[in-house]
Amino acid sequence: MAERTLVGAITSTLDQALAADPDIILLGEDIGLNGGVFRATDGLQATHGKDRVVDTPLDESGIMGTAIGLAIAGMKAIPEIQFEGFLGPAYDQLVNHAARMRTRTRSAVTVPMTVRVPVGGGIHAPELHSDSPEAIYAHSPGIKVVMPSTPYDAKGLLLSAIADPDPVIFFEPKRVYRTFKEEVPDEHYTIPIGQAKVVSEGENLTVVTWGATLFQCLEAIDNLPEDVSVELIDLRSIYPFDMDTIAESVNKTGRCVIVHEAPLTGGMGAEIAARVMEECFLSLEAPVQRVTGFDTIMPYYKLENEYLPEAPRILKGITECLAY
Amino acid sequence: MPHHTVYEAKIEHLQILDEDGKLDKKLAKDTLSDEQVVYLYEQMRICRELDEIAFKLQRSGRMGTYPQNKGQEANAVGSALAMVKGNDWVVPSYRENAALFMHGMPMHYVIQYWMGDERGSKFPQGVNITPLSVPIGTHMLHATGIAWAMKQRKQKNHAVITYFGDGATSEGDFHNAMNFASVMQVPTIFYCQNNSWAISLPREQQMNSATVAQKALAYDMPTIQVDGNDIFAVYKATQDARNRAIKGGGPSFIEGVTYRLADHTTADDARRYRDQKEVDAWLGKDPLIRTRKYMESVGVWDDAKQEELESRAKTIVKEVVDAAISVSTPTSDEFFDDMYAEIPGDLQIQRDTMRTTSIGRNPSQIGLNAQHAETH
Repeated sequence: MAERTLVGAITSTLDQALAADPDIILLGEDIGLNGGVFRATDGLQATHGKDRVVDTPLDESGIMGTAIGLAIAGMKAIPEIQFEGFLGPAYDQLVNHAARMRTRTRSAVTVPMTVRVPVGGGIHAPELHSDSPEAIYAHSPGIKVVMPSTPYDAKGLLLSAIADPDPVIFFEPKRVYRTFKEEVPDEHYTIPIGQAKVVSEGENLTVVTWGATLFQCLEAIDNLPEDVSVELIDLRSIYPFDMDTIAESVNKTGRCVIVHEAPLTGGMGAEIAARVMEECFLSLEAPVQRVTGFDTIMPYYKLENEYLPEAPRILKGITECLAY
Repeated sequence: MPHHTVYEAKIEHLQILDEDGKLDKKLAKDTLSDEQVVYLYEQMRICRELDEIAFKLQRSGRMGTYPQNKGQEANAVGSALAMVKGNDWVVPSYRENAALFMHGMPMHYVIQYWMGDERGSKFPQGVNITPLSVPIGTHMLHATGIAWAMKQRKQKNHAVITYFGDGATSEGDFHNAMNFASVMQVPTIFYCQNNSWAISLPREQQMNSATVAQKALAYDMPTIQVDGNDIFAVYKATQDARNRAIKGGGPSFIEGVTYRLADHTTADDARRYRDQKEVDAWLGKDPLIRTRKYMESVGVWDDAKQEELESRAKTIVKEVVDAAISVSTPTSDEFFDDMYAEIPGDLQIQRDTMRTTSIGRNPSQIGLNAQHAETH
């Protein structure tokens, strides 16, 4: 057992995975000698060799497309896309090829791979380095999407993703990479894809979130009056997502606030709200509230905190939902 | 020397069998035996028959859009023979049917596929072919990746061939695949069927380069232009490329100069954009005509054999079409089956409720049980 940051948990998990399975290959930009721009692969090339932790040409479509080929031929490819903003050039390979190959061939040809992508804002990064595109990929049949928010969950979900026979996008909330450490067991364990986590139990309102905003939600909840108890759910898996846990909670509390960094329209909040309406209609005491980013381009960092759903705005959403 | 040449290159063109069926014996040395020539001719002729019948199936409303291979068959058969079936991988576009058949794809699969059934891409185990690639140029990266896996696993004596057209070389992923293959030095053979047309755009408007082959120079890849309607030249270039690949020599590029004698697909009418005189000129360069002339000139072919082959081709293709037509219709929810190795719960609910007015809604939540839902 060791205390690890989220990025540290990812590094040690990749290290263990590489040691355990000779078919695993990591590929990406600057992931080798440099250890990745966030140091998520720090030291892995020295341990496992240049042919297993591969510095590729600067070409996201090439990384994704060759990872597909590697996977078709039976390797376990773990490509890294340096920032979520650079998924654009790889989008076609990911959505039109990785996601479709199994069904196109009725499972004769499959693409088991884990695509690691730092995601989200809050670190004062350059333009196109702070987006939250998870809903785009949740809307793309054939791939799974996960986003852990803690070091412990990062390890368990990463090992599940690597073992999964289908392509999984593993979003890493970069704002949480180094914010805190927690105990991460050394031994192998998994967290099933599709299983949410009830972070705190409560009776009056349900908050559903994922990724870095979990911590803004915790801060908002801390500022509520003591007689209000909120059930906080970390979704962890974006697709498939754990509607059972959400429905069970909302049927108990009667109120639901969904918080995410991504833009409002067509975001995962919309999907969850629709499902809550379908499955919890008779239990609802108030309309579902969404506290999210805006339908704007994610602003450059001078204004990024105005865009991000920070604790005061979340607190307002919770308070309004409770008062309805 | 402040100003000097740092790089020079040239592009070779190879033709061994000319359009009159005359063979350059010196160049043909160690290429195809007469027996192999007969075999390749038969493959081309059967494929041509399939092409004609597929066209008719489309025109009579029994099949959807289909891209004819007519005129380009020598590229497919010559290169496919140089690759090792069940050992190497073939990563196709959609105009090299004969290569796929030679590498073990059951012929009726291609008809089943173009009849709108993905099960036509569920190739039997041991058939190392990726599905036909309808989007242009995106599959070459997969060929590079598969070859990379071979190198990674130190699998000697394995290589990958990928096919694409002249239009595909304008796509970014073509260059991505070429660069990765070159940097990683993997055993990929890039085979461009330069058939002069990408739907309605002629090659001259597709690129301002004199050849397609020269695009490989940027990736320091051995590259050659061959007469794509000449099975000898196609075979030799592919065999050379494969020999290099399995000896660790990395990727190679082959430009087969050929011509699309038919429309782009059955949904296209090439008369709108190309001159019939150009088509007529290429009709004379048909690979079947010159191969037959050669076989007759060396005494391994005659009219009786031709008649027997044509009759055999008809029988084979009839059986193929019958096989494709007699494949059982998929169940109406079959397209859910292979979305994931294991169907997620929510997707299972969508499947269970697909015939109801509440698609995707948990039947228990809307006062219906699954059985009721079925009947609504």
